[in-house]
Amino acid sequence: MTDAEEAGWFAGLGATGDADETEWLKRAREAIDSGTASEPANWPERAVGADVVPDAETYYERLHQATVATAGELVREREQADDQQLIHSIRALDDCRRTHNELTERLAEWAGTRDRTAAVEASYVRELADSEPTDPTERRLVSLAERIVELDREADRLEEYVDRTAGTVAPNLTALAGPVLAARLIALAGGLGELAKLPSSTVQLLGAEDALFAHLQGAAPSPKHGVIYTHEYVRGTRGEDRGSAARAVAGKLTIAARVDRYRGEYEPEIEAELDERIGRIRARGDR
Amino acid sequence: MTLPEGVKRREIAGERQLATCGEPVYGEPTDGDWRAWDPSRSKLGAVLSAGVDTGLSSGDRVLYLGAASGTTVGHVADFAGPTYAVEFAPRPVRDLLDVAADRPNLFPLLKDARAPETYAHVVEPVEAVIQDVATRGQAEVALANRQFLEPEGRLIAAIKARSEDVTREPAAVFEDALERLREGYEVLATERLEPYHEDHLGVIARPR
Repeated sequence: MTDAEEAGWFAGLGATGDADETEWLKRAREAIDSGTASEPANWPERAVGADVVPDAETYYERLHQATVATAGELVREREQADDQQLIHSIRALDDCRRTHNELTERLAEWAGTRDRTAAVEASYVRELADSEPTDPTERRLVSLAERIVELDREADRLEEYVDRTAGTVAPNLTALAGPVLAARLIALAGGLGELAKLPSSTVQLLGAEDALFAHLQGAAPSPKHGVIYTHEYVRGTRGEDRGSAARAVAGKLTIAARVDRYRGEYEPEIEAELDERIGRIRARGDR
Repeated sequence: MTLPEGVKRREIAGERQLATCGEPVYGEPTDGDWRAWDPSRSKLGAVLSAGVDTGLSSGDRVLYLGAASGTTVGHVADFAGPTYAVEFAPRPVRDLLDVAADRPNLFPLLKDARAPETYAHVVEPVEAVIQDVATRGQAEVALANRQFLEPEGRLIAAIKARSEDVTREPAAVFEDALERLREGYEVLATERLEPYHEDHLGVIARPR
């Protein structure tokens, strides 16, 4: 046990009041964030003993200031990370699309009482949005239709943002899964780092948690896939081979996520290997 | 009387409920300086309202593991002394920071409760470790953090059955967790937290 190992967070910061305030806080943040100790000690007493602070009261004031600043900074950094922004954008995209569909149905339902041609269709919403209202009720219907058209446009812009961001956050995963599925997987895992730590059997079932729990409780067959179902290689493979395809796709997506997390460069071989593997799985049915 | 000093049962908003003195945090009902402590939003609140003797005293130094957005740790800091709040996830810490802003004795730490060496250089020995972590291996977390407890200190833990194994009977999960806990603790009391928190067991223990 050396002194360096067992030093408190305040060691090396100098006495409070000595250093420039901003500089002191910066070093304190660094020490709290990355320091370690094998066991706790009576830090307030030690800090007073080492003349870092005049008394315990000042110690706790300083500790409060430093821990709040450290946590604040780390939260900002972590929440503003690109993968977290991607997660928010894919969720916002899903919310926009869902709300768009709900409002389109509501509009058709309402407009149908006055107009027999009303339909749950984008073309009808646009037509209504472009028309001139002639009474107070129609004013509401036209205005609602305009909102729905705008919501659709916003969803398109969000999707463009997801497309752009996913490629930067996870180039390999995006190359294999497409931007939307890549974003969904990262969102379900809680981040790119979290996704990279998952075993591929978990990645295969991300988004199928309800079905998995039903299975674990003995009430259902084991699910073969979660959101990766939307991948052409899973959805487009014949029923009896779909489980194998899901396993192969999940395996390569997992590797892609790990490469993205730890190397960050695009590696075309992963995609080629997946293409080849799926080719072999699908060829089974042709024999 | 098992409530720590600084925690009282008071008539607030027409109901007799637990309360502490401090700045309101989540829109809870208040009466003067007192603010209601809702046991359905706080496992420690549920333990206290069940009448369990937690051994907590006013002015105690506390290490709180799994502080989340600070709903419970805010009440703790209202009556305790220096209170160290460990939470792993960034999003809830954003809210915890607001709770800490009004409480000079509350020290937020964005750390993993499974890795005590990453905060042992900040946290001093304490009279109470309060644990509410929804992760697998809750007994291991309690054992790993035992080093922070003074010899006469108390562990107050809420064990969530579903975090260990969703498919097993909660009673069996609790038995296993207690068994594991006994490797480092003497269990003094246990209490199911229904109806406030389903499949949760409140545990009071002291280090051995």
